[in-house]
Amino acid sequence: MSEVLLETRQIRKSFGALVATDGVDFDVREGETHAVIGPNGAGKTTFIKQLSGELRPDAGQIRFAGEDITALAVHKRTRQGLARSFQITSIYRDFSALDNVALAVQAHAGHSFRFWRPAREDRNLTDPALKCLQQVSLQDRAGVLAANLSHGEQRQLEIAMALATQPRLLLLDEPVAGMGTDESQRMVELLSALKGEKTIILVEHDMDAVFALADRISVLVYGRIVATGTPAEIRANQEVRAAYLGEDG
Amino acid sequence: MTSRTATLMAILLLLAAVPPVAAYFAEPFYLDLLRRVMIFAIAAISLNLILGYGGMVSFGHAAYLGIGAYAVGVLSHHGIDNGWLQWGVAIGASALVAAAIGSISVRTSGIYFIMITLAFTQMLYYLGVSIAEYGGDDGMRLKVRSQFSGLIDLNDPTAFYYLVFAILVLSLFLTRRIVDSRFGLVLRATRSNEARTRAIGLSPYPFRLTAFILSGALCGLAGALLANQTAFLTPEFMNWTRSGELMFMVILGGIATTAGPLLGAAGLLLLEDTLQGWSVLPKWVQEHWQLYLGVILVLVVLYARRGLAGLLPGDKHE
Repeated sequence: MSEVLLETRQIRKSFGALVATDGVDFDVREGETHAVIGPNGAGKTTFIKQLSGELRPDAGQIRFAGEDITALAVHKRTRQGLARSFQITSIYRDFSALDNVALAVQAHAGHSFRFWRPAREDRNLTDPALKCLQQVSLQDRAGVLAANLSHGEQRQLEIAMALATQPRLLLLDEPVAGMGTDESQRMVELLSALKGEKTIILVEHDMDAVFALADRISVLVYGRIVATGTPAEIRANQEVRAAYLGEDG
Repeated sequence: MTSRTATLMAILLLLAAVPPVAAYFAEPFYLDLLRRVMIFAIAAISLNLILGYGGMVSFGHAAYLGIGAYAVGVLSHHGIDNGWLQWGVAIGASALVAAAIGSISVRTSGIYFIMITLAFTQMLYYLGVSIAEYGGDDGMRLKVRSQFSGLIDLNDPTAFYYLVFAILVLSLFLTRRIVDSRFGLVLRATRSNEARTRAIGLSPYPFRLTAFILSGALCGLAGALLANQTAFLTPEFMNWTRSGELMFMVILGGIATTAGPLLGAAGLLLLEDTLQGWSVLPKWVQEHWQLYLGVILVLVVLYARRGLAGLLPGDKHE
């Protein structure tokens, strides 16, 4: 069995009386795609935000690549190799697609305190950026203003930006949310291509996408993980069927 | 060269031609007026760097105008007329104060940022009012303009004009380079989407603070020029209405455009001058010129959403 890349130990987060994360133990192994599913209000977003660093757990520990990152700021986690996409598309709408990715390349490469040379003519930034766009099949849209890309393309762009930081772990928050059938199919294909190459945490509502992509699935209900296992095990799990899958019919 | 750059070049060529034309028509007043426009344009360029490209709405930028002016005035008051030193201190002191104010205010955003920058500048304003040695709220006269080892004589209106012009061109060029550099890209990114900027691994704070300091330093230089322009300085240079004027120049000219601050400064100051002093206008306009200025400004903001720069030939929405 491969090594654990990220793990949480008994993390807990509450908002007033609401316990959104209730002592979660969770681990992701190097190279796997680990999906987190759960009904609405199960605390998926709160959980993800603690992994990315936007929220700090009240108690417990998060370890990434052997280091305690519980109190580490968002941008420092990204530097250590933890990249994320957002549930609601988060891109630079007034930048071109290429500039969006080039900036992520620059962020990863360091050297942002340079005041003189035009960044847009810097092949050290644009070449790797184009490669990332190619990985998500957006190379033909490089010059287009991000705001003018379709919803599906914007989500692909977000993945390209995450890839540009050369992450060890991709944290994808509902990558196919709000997509039409064609678009989400394209996204699943894109993610299948990344699978195995990158370690991925996939938070997703779309069960087709989850079962197509995940090596393991963890089911979050009311802030607790009620089951973790292979897709087949999860499908067969009575507790999960009762709590969650049953709702889908 | 893009057509936008060409338009800016044409405007600069016109400015360069002002001294001989004014001399030909024996209208030295216009030399003075346009020098003033260019000085405020430099201040507005500095504000545009943080307000336009960095999304930091500083409502206290007059502070640096005041610090720059007082650096010249105070040193001159104590008998130090060396311009290199005076202007060096103007830039240095402005940068230091910007670092101090910025290190606190840049952590905030939105309305808090506006209020904090305003509050700091009001503090400096009242400091100026309270120091009797330097004239209190009456301010003080600058007995001798900054001396540059005989290299350039600021008492010569044309020489002074071309010096200001050169600094203006340099400011335009430098800010353009900065905005297009790696640093500038991050600065604009923090304005565009802060959460995303953190998510790709960059903390906005050091970039914003650096821009804030650069901006303060450049505005300090404009303050040193202004003190020499008026040969007089008062705490009014730091009044909040002055900060508002600078902000208005940036908005009127076109936020986050290269030519915008220059156009905005020219638009506001020339309009002010015309409404006040143009004898063709009826008396009721001249007497209540602020009212009509206000109406015109409201119309520009409403109907030219990208400011005066948006009306120029060659402008296209990026």
